[in-house]
Amino acid sequence: MDLDPDGIFRDDSGSEDDLLREKESTKDFSVYLVDASPKMFGTVATNEVDEMGETFFHAAVKCISESLKAQIIGRSSDEIAICFFNTREKKNTQDLHGVYVFNVAERELLDRPTARLIKEFSGIEDSVIHHIGSRYWIEPASRENSLYNALWVAQALLRKGSVKNVSKRILIFTNEDNPFRSISGAAKADMIRTTLQRAKDAQELGISIELLPLSSKEFDVSIFYADLLGLEGGEMPLFLTSADEKLEDMANQLRKRIFSKRKVKTIMFVIASGVSIEVNAYALIRPSVPGAIMWLDSVTNLPLKMERTFVCADTGALVEQPRMHFQEFNGEMVKFTVEELAEIKKVSDGHLHLLGFKPLDCLKDYHNLRPSTFIYPTDEEIVGSTCAFVALHRSMVRLQRFAVAFYGSSTHPQLVALVAQDEIISSSGQLEPPGMHMIYLPYSDDIRYPEELQIDAGTPHATDDQIKKASALLRRIDLKDFSVCQFSNPALQRHYGILQALALGEDEMPNVKDETLPDEEGMAKPGVVRAIEEFKFAVYGENHDQEEAAKKGSTTEASKKRKAIYEVALKESASYDWADLAEHGKLKDLTVMELKNYLTAHGLPVTGKKEVLISRILTHLGK
Amino acid sequence: MARNKEALVLVVDVGPTMHDILPDIEKLCTMLVQKKLMYSKNDEVGIVLFGTEETKNDLQKEVGGYLHVVVLQDIKVVDDVTVDNLRELPRGTRNGDFLDAIVVGMDMLIKKFGPTNKGKHRLCLITDAQHPVKEPDEGSKADQVNTIGQLMKSHGVRLDCIVVKVKLARSVQQKAADENIDLLNQFSKNTISKIIHVDGPTSLLGALRTRNISPVTVYRGDLELSSSMKIKVWVYKKTAEEKFPTLKKYSDKAPRNDKFATHELKIDYEYKNTEDFGKVVPPEQRIKGYRYGPQVVPISSAEWEAVKFRPEKSVKLLGFTDSSNIMRHHYMKDVYVFIPEPGDTKAILAVSALVRAMKEMNKAAILRCVWRQGQGNVIIGVLTPNISSADNIPDSFYLNVLPFAEDVREFQFPSFNNLPASRQPNELQQEASDNLVKMLDLAPAGQEELLKPELTPNPVLQRFYQSLFLKSKHPDAQLPQLDASLLRITGPDSDILSELNSEVDNFRRQIELRDNPKKRRSTKRALLEKPSGSNEEAAAVVQAIDYHNAGPSAVKVEKIGSSNPLKDFEEMMARRDGSKWVEKAIKGMQDHIYGLLENSYEGDNYLSAIECLTALRNSCIQEQEPKKFNDFLHYLCENQKTLDLRDFFELLSSKNITLITKTEAADSDVKMEDAKLLPIKNEIISQE
Repeated sequence: MDLDPDGIFRDDSGSEDDLLREKESTKDFSVYLVDASPKMFGTVATNEVDEMGETFFHAAVKCISESLKAQIIGRSSDEIAICFFNTREKKNTQDLHGVYVFNVAERELLDRPTARLIKEFSGIEDSVIHHIGSRYWIEPASRENSLYNALWVAQALLRKGSVKNVSKRILIFTNEDNPFRSISGAAKADMIRTTLQRAKDAQELGISIELLPLSSKEFDVSIFYADLLGLEGGEMPLFLTSADEKLEDMANQLRKRIFSKRKVKTIMFVIASGVSIEVNAYALIRPSVPGAIMWLDSVTNLPLKMERTFVCADTGALVEQPRMHFQEFNGEMVKFTVEELAEIKKVSDGHLHLLGFKPLDCLKDYHNLRPSTFIYPTDEEIVGSTCAFVALHRSMVRLQRFAVAFYGSSTHPQLVALVAQDEIISSSGQLEPPGMHMIYLPYSDDIRYPEELQIDAGTPHATDDQIKKASALLRRIDLKDFSVCQFSNPALQRHYGILQALALGEDEMPNVKDETLPDEEGMAKPGVVRAIEEFKFAVYGENHDQEEAAKKGSTTEASKKRKAIYEVALKESASYDWADLAEHGKLKDLTVMELKNYLTAHGLPVTGKKEVLISRILTHLGK
Repeated sequence: MARNKEALVLVVDVGPTMHDILPDIEKLCTMLVQKKLMYSKNDEVGIVLFGTEETKNDLQKEVGGYLHVVVLQDIKVVDDVTVDNLRELPRGTRNGDFLDAIVVGMDMLIKKFGPTNKGKHRLCLITDAQHPVKEPDEGSKADQVNTIGQLMKSHGVRLDCIVVKVKLARSVQQKAADENIDLLNQFSKNTISKIIHVDGPTSLLGALRTRNISPVTVYRGDLELSSSMKIKVWVYKKTAEEKFPTLKKYSDKAPRNDKFATHELKIDYEYKNTEDFGKVVPPEQRIKGYRYGPQVVPISSAEWEAVKFRPEKSVKLLGFTDSSNIMRHHYMKDVYVFIPEPGDTKAILAVSALVRAMKEMNKAAILRCVWRQGQGNVIIGVLTPNISSADNIPDSFYLNVLPFAEDVREFQFPSFNNLPASRQPNELQQEASDNLVKMLDLAPAGQEELLKPELTPNPVLQRFYQSLFLKSKHPDAQLPQLDASLLRITGPDSDILSELNSEVDNFRRQIELRDNPKKRRSTKRALLEKPSGSNEEAAAVVQAIDYHNAGPSAVKVEKIGSSNPLKDFEEMMARRDGSKWVEKAIKGMQDHIYGLLENSYEGDNYLSAIECLTALRNSCIQEQEPKKFNDFLHYLCENQKTLDLRDFFELLSSKNITLITKTEAADSDVKMEDAKLLPIKNEIISQE
């Protein structure tokens, strides 16, 4: 079956609803400032002796490279620039010494990352060693301040875009905690002062400066960078650990499209007549899909434009977009205008109407159709909304009740359950925000009863002993701190991996680890195996495996029958000279049954009209 | 014969105690048959009534007895007659005996299909089951039920009982009603039978599955606990949304006399080169492009096929976990049900043991599912236990799909406890809210749960089908309003609200809601604070706000809203920044008036319509546009039959609103004496 590589990710439930889709919003502009001084080409001290020491510079490049690969998929509208400082050569618009802005063709200095950028950047280390060169500028003889220059260049690069809708930042990668160590006296004080002033100017323009020290153990922020970043005394030890994490995060980002927090809609929540509050709806959980595809001409690789035309099936005439639709009913054609159809769907006014409350156990596990929507109150237009919402929220949590409400959106009016969720906080931050989750409930016609299909008076239920064995098994195979979304979607990760490999012209297809497979090792632990065996024995009896094997060996009724038919067909078809019949075009004189005998005898499909059967036989005979 | 063909006998109690609910039963049954007409035209339906005065059934003729049971229609393929039969059921006079009626229905099925033809046969009993069934000649009632049950089982007949809860008649004793329920319950021992208790018209409409969809397994195979322990299961969908039907696009291009015209519209998609316009690129020359940053990477489907993620078909256990680790709102999609392979006792036992252990220990299982070979993705799901309620149904599991890491967006929200005090409820407010949550109870102890999803019909679909049937009879008919019994789904039940007046009032008083002065217009405040008792008024309030959003007063009025049409109209007429506004205003007003008349119920909108009409008339005279007004009035006349406007025109003539005459506006071609004639003339027309 040909599965659309795109379609498999699509959620087949109503995706037309505005609540289910979101667009990306504000942009991020970043300048990566990478120190290219000789010190950066020293090797990182690793604990493992046998491993080839990696240079600091290489570590920084790898980290940025991974981050770019994630970003090009996650937030491809964000713009970046890469800039080295402490280089021998210079390349920047201000013509300042010791600063080299890296770029590739068909790209502005500060622009969205491209495949080419990523590809060339990953091999930058050679180029830096051989062409760009490394030189430490801040020394008494040179009178140049490369850090100052770098900040200036970076600030100039970030000139475009308004601070209102773009967040701008400079990320400094270095392992030098004391850039001005080699100079002293007034020159040093002056250099420090001007550099700090430069940084302050940039910060005042709305540019944030982040530091990613590459040798955190020996890196002393307090010498210089604390002042540059504006850190207070107490924050310093914290800063180092968080910077470490940041580096780690940058290198191991999950490739996914990132959505910035944005409300989907503001909904009026009518609690009772005269009491209406406002809530914002957010989509916290939505199936992730790879970005939209576009059709290209395979010869020119130019994008294609799709044109839709309406053709009258009777006359073949081209028609305008129809205003009229019809449904066949009882042999007649019942016509509806587009407006009428919209009117039918409009059974409510688009607000959320509270209908009442029920205990939580009335919400069954099968009362679900689509991903839920999160609602959080807003006082923006109606003051007091938050207060009312919080009061209801607390009552519902305390009384263990959920609210039933009707959400009358124009495309999909639906009965919903509002489940109050208390805030859950862990050391790493908020795990579950406080608010209510709107769960879309099915209607009577949406619920099916397949479990009632097979009703047998002799249905056994498990005995206490069997249940006990099952409980033992449950205790053995326990996922203690399971949390939803601990798995990444292997299909999606592979999709991005392949896309990246093809885009960057990598030869090898990436091997994406499927995290969703069961833990074979854990399952093979003797305790687990014993529990499984005991449970199996309790419910299946002693000789289950043998019985199963025996069952497989013996043929079932159906297969016996199939065999009999096959033998008859074989016998029957043997009495014709098929090649001869085909040669003289006499196949059409045979009956369908006779033709089917041939097909059955040769294991071919027997469906279709007579002509189809004949042509199938001819193909099989090689004519 | 269609594989999914069903024969259904409706057995309906029409006795006196049922009279109140009969209109809703008629609606339910007609809807059922109408949907059969649309989706399964070959299904057969028979109708048996009981509790009638007269008697008309084969059994009575053959063996005697079976009084007050009428076969309204023999089992036959559904058609319009069936619908008409059900649209108005006769009202009976006797207290019915449902056992007799079931026997008559069974007899019909047996005679029609004999012992050999075992298709899908179903009996659907609708009764209040409050009158005692008579003692059989021999044996006990229970024995009789047993015999009938055996018979049903041998003929493969299903029984659906809908027991309507009505107020018990005074003469009836609770004991008799209870006994009846026991008897009905007894059926489920032998045969596939289900009792649904409904307490009102809303749940009645949802009680009967009106469309039969034969379930298809999503997966048949092993549920692998480990490589050595496997359970054979079948997986079905438990919930699946019944979608609004996709209507075909209509084309009127076919010649009028062409009887075989399909009137269909086909949609043609052509892919054209953006640079070389008009050059159509054939499908085989197209290739999919995927965005990678600003670039688009062309990748052919063959390339994808070669490297795509392709897991093996399997359902594997990852482990068990506390059910509290899984939040309810993480459920992503419609729900699946895992049932043990039918007939496989071992599988039934294994599932049963796990289900009960999981329930006891409050655990859920995490599974990785790949339903089909060649499927391009995997599902991580949570398996929750479902202990069967009936002895003859095996235990099963429900499976809900969980999100992947990519699917969760971690947005942060301020904690409620950190909100400023002004946004936190005080003690009184909290108490008011507690009371509201406690009292506005949809599942009171000892009573049927209201608005159960299982019994709640989809109001949009109900309305669509109603419109469809109406339009199939009268193509020009107006759309029907939402059925009254469905209003309880879309808005709060006014009965419950009126009982809870004090709680609601208290909540309203305690929670002070104000418009944000910076943001909102002043009118809304008045609307919000207007306390009102009934549902309709709330809806009106909400609607008014709606219209307000459409045309905020800060901006110039650009259309006629329904909250203050006269003012809008005047403002629009007064706009001098373009001549189009006069025209727009007149058109808008005409539409508004027409809308008022169209939506009028027993003339309740007539007065406002007249007000608007008067304003329109005056303005038309002023603006020298008499023709616009006169044409409109003529247009109303022409439509007076469809809109039922006779009273309205009488009112018009009594108020002396006539066509605009030549004396009033020079452009008019209506003479003084003709002007008054219009309403009268129409009366003559309508009387003809």
